Amino acid sequence: MSRFKKEGSKDVPAISTSSMPDIIFMLLFFFMVTTTMKQTTVMVRNTLPQASEVEKLEKKSLVSFIHVGPPQNKAVYGTEPRIQLNDRFALVSEIQEFVTLERDARDEVDRKFITTSLKIHNETKMGLVSDIKQELRKAGAFKINYSTRKLVGRK
Amino acid sequence: MARKTPEVNAGSMADIAFLMLIFFLVTTTMDVDTGIIRQLSPPPPKDAPIPDINKRNMMTILVNNQDALMINGKPADISTLRADVKDFMSIHPDDPAYPVVELKTFDYLGEIQVSRGIVSLKSLRGTSYEMYIKIQDQIAAAFSDLRDELAMQKFGKKQDKLVDPNLIDAINKAIKLSVSEAEPEDIGGK
Repeated sequence: MSRFKKEGSKDVPAISTSSMPDIIFMLLFFFMVTTTMKQTTVMVRNTLPQASEVEKLEKKSLVSFIHVGPPQNKAVYGTEPRIQLNDRFALVSEIQEFVTLERDARDEVDRKFITTSLKIHNETKMGLVSDIKQELRKAGAFKINYSTRKLVGRK
Repeated sequence: MARKTPEVNAGSMADIAFLMLIFFLVTTTMDVDTGIIRQLSPPPPKDAPIPDINKRNMMTILVNNQDALMINGKPADISTLRADVKDFMSIHPDDPAYPVVELKTFDYLGEIQVSRGIVSLKSLRGTSYEMYIKIQDQIAAAFSDLRDELAMQKFGKKQDKLVDPNLIDAINKAIKLSVSEAEPEDIGGK
């Protein structure tokens, strides 16, 4: 059986790490393609409800977000669901101004395509939601999207 | 003989790539934005008359503070809502228990019978958002079932299997998602 015995030194050759950058680059590209840039830091708890009949939102630049949910920092802001516009908490009455600002920030041709995406925590009551919807109607932001996670499985 | 160029040290390449990778991990989010897209109606003028809709064309869904459902005054359940809506919107020309049916002509489809039914959804202030979305979802699912049936009948394929956007659009136009939301009233507490 000495045929199979190795000749020479018993040292294990060093593992080549020259393909390491390639692997890391592959990972990097994967993340670059599958993720999107963070828009704002969400300050509310935001577990979205699930639904099966969902559509994908196209044209991310034409979407403005309204987050609603109980604040993450309970000690300071309490537990009642709050509205977050951009990076701060806001009142229902501030939504009209927010819509106007969002509209002014876009090109004139794109303004009528703006979608307002409502990211609402699933335990929120409809009272607050319909208040927000009423304000959006008054502000003329008619196209809305109830943000939901896609229900996997049963169709 | 040309001199050999010394090999470039690529050892730090991995570190650079790692750095970029970590940067992207931190600054990006993975969530895909999906959702139920709806069109709100403009606010009604103050002295607008209440539109006169034939009772037989209306399916009224009411959700209360305990997330319990009522359809046309009778208690109902979320699990049967999809079938109920589908049944209500199906074509029954001579049955007074179903909405009025009219003949309409559409591109690619020809003259077909269209139901004039409207699903009216009313929630109270205390209804949970989760329930509201579930109902919206079930109604949308019922309409998409009806669209699939029409597509099957006309083109022999379900709607999501159709390729031609004109055909998909024609089906969407023939069966419109007719959901109306009642003006909210300030009842039912928080």
